[in-house]
Amino acid sequence: MLRDEDRIFKNLYGVHDWHLAGARQRGTWDNTKDLIARGRDAIIDEIKKSDLRGRGGAGFPTGLKWSFMPKQSDGRPAYLVVNADESEPGTCKDRDILRYDPHVLVEGCLVAGFAMGTTATYIYIRGEFYNEASNLQVAIDEAYDAGLIGKNACGSGYDHDIYLHRGAGAYICGEETALLESLEGKKGQPRLKPPFPAAVGLYGCPTTVNNVETIAVAPTILRKGAAWWTAIGRPKNTGTKVYCISGHVNKPCNVEEAMGIPLKELIEKYAGGVRGGWDNLLGIIPGGASVPVLPKSICDTVLMDFDSLREVKSGLGTAAVIVMDKSTDIVAAIERLSHFYMHESCGQCTPCREGTGWMWRVMKRMVRGDAEVAEIDALLDVTTEVEGHTICALGDAAAWPIQGLIRHFRPEMERRITERRSRQAAE
Amino acid sequence: MSVANDDTAQPATFAFDPQNAERAKRIMAKYPPGRQASAVLALLDLAQRQHDGWLPRAAMDHVAGLLDMAPIRVYEVATFYTMFNLKPVGKYHLQVCRTTPCWLRGADDLTQACRKKLGIGLKERTADGLFSLIEVECLGACVNAPVVQINDDLYEDLDPQRLEALLEALARGEKPPMGSQIGRQGSAPAGGPQVLLGGAGE
Repeated sequence: MLRDEDRIFKNLYGVHDWHLAGARQRGTWDNTKDLIARGRDAIIDEIKKSDLRGRGGAGFPTGLKWSFMPKQSDGRPAYLVVNADESEPGTCKDRDILRYDPHVLVEGCLVAGFAMGTTATYIYIRGEFYNEASNLQVAIDEAYDAGLIGKNACGSGYDHDIYLHRGAGAYICGEETALLESLEGKKGQPRLKPPFPAAVGLYGCPTTVNNVETIAVAPTILRKGAAWWTAIGRPKNTGTKVYCISGHVNKPCNVEEAMGIPLKELIEKYAGGVRGGWDNLLGIIPGGASVPVLPKSICDTVLMDFDSLREVKSGLGTAAVIVMDKSTDIVAAIERLSHFYMHESCGQCTPCREGTGWMWRVMKRMVRGDAEVAEIDALLDVTTEVEGHTICALGDAAAWPIQGLIRHFRPEMERRITERRSRQAAE
Repeated sequence: MSVANDDTAQPATFAFDPQNAERAKRIMAKYPPGRQASAVLALLDLAQRQHDGWLPRAAMDHVAGLLDMAPIRVYEVATFYTMFNLKPVGKYHLQVCRTTPCWLRGADDLTQACRKKLGIGLKERTADGLFSLIEVECLGACVNAPVVQINDDLYEDLDPQRLEALLEALARGEKPPMGSQIGRQGSAPAGGPQVLLGGAGE
């Protein structure tokens, strides 16, 4: 079990004061000036050594991402953009950081912003998080008033402004280039890459987009050292992670634990176990709506990290664990997700715009068994026609839950079809 | 997102009141010169707040003028993002989360409770203008499911009885505290945190 002193988000549950005074007591803003004095290269090098991988879902190495930013400015400003558009179904970890430990994020923006040679940070927070945005804005104001950010931040000689920007309801804005479009005042429709944001991002300037948790853990890694971070978790899957455990557990909750913790241990130790006991488990979506569901047989032993979950054809995603017990209509559970992706498709690419609606309509029939058995293969085929054929990953994300369903629960889908058939024959 | 090409009565004009005009200026100052279009979401939100929770065409035109944007660009934005209401909503705009984590814990029962209690369907408003009801996709509070957002506030760990009591309180003009309705501390498990049990957290 992770020790409390190794937890970064010491106010995850909002028990303590989230204002500057409380944050300082917990070690935030401790000698931040010294971290900056190490210099850009040393900071990025330490983050690289820590093997920190992005916490927004894709798990891209953070130090490497930071190193893509220009070493010398060509006259354009450069930006850090923090993705606080937390909307992946199952995921509510950034919310706790934003409302209860906002200074951990603000300090992270300064340090990461410095390491990448940026002039300012924009934090893009989902519009529904009104109260969370309000806390974060207070924290930003407190940091300005204390001279921690702004001109000569922390007395370092480095100037860095931090601005909060609220979204207005659109899951797609969690995709980094859609987020940039939205930040520029447009519809949130993803951009074609290349060019990548590190070359042409916000306002045509070099930009790095990072998840809230990724930025927030950086100062602690620098203070305690990459060796401390890599001692937690497993190789290439290092450090701590905030897990969200929802659905059919006795005590749903968020908890910061080590990467690579066994899924079963995570649920039994922190979430009071599966409703009705572990044997009452049907399946788990281990990393937010976009990753394929796993049947109990895999959940028995799988570890919660990027590489372990990839090996079983799912993913860590945002580490949002959605638990479903045997009372669950698993086809309807996935059909809900198909509806979600149809609702959230931005409409730019035809395979996604048309495909998400088509898949949802077929899934609706699959719930009732109102289909031909051969249509399961047709549905699977269409998911592969959407997957990989769109500008952004929303098309993939719409395809994967259905693929996971067919991979692991095909007999259940077939059963509904044949039962409906024989019911109709009997009538 | 839906387009307001219906019989909604549109006001002829809209302008920010002096306080909001001042707020709009401060918001626009967050962005570099020439990039004032970045403020469009915030200004539309401000306009919606000033106009009883919905966004008439005249407000979009006013924002377009302030930001030097073509009106069509503002209409595009206003119809793309789900938080802009293009028709009048109730004083209490109920947004029931319908996505899988909330559904697994009884979201459908919450929608049903609202329908029954208020006598309205989805996307409808009560005759007294007090309540309107919609279903929304994931609100990002999944470990406190099921949740309902009422205006700016999330009400969590709900069940039909608690939601009905909440609606009654709102109808009486009370403002019950947001957050967990079963007394949980944020996202900590029911019964209290199992970790981070130290003093100030250090």
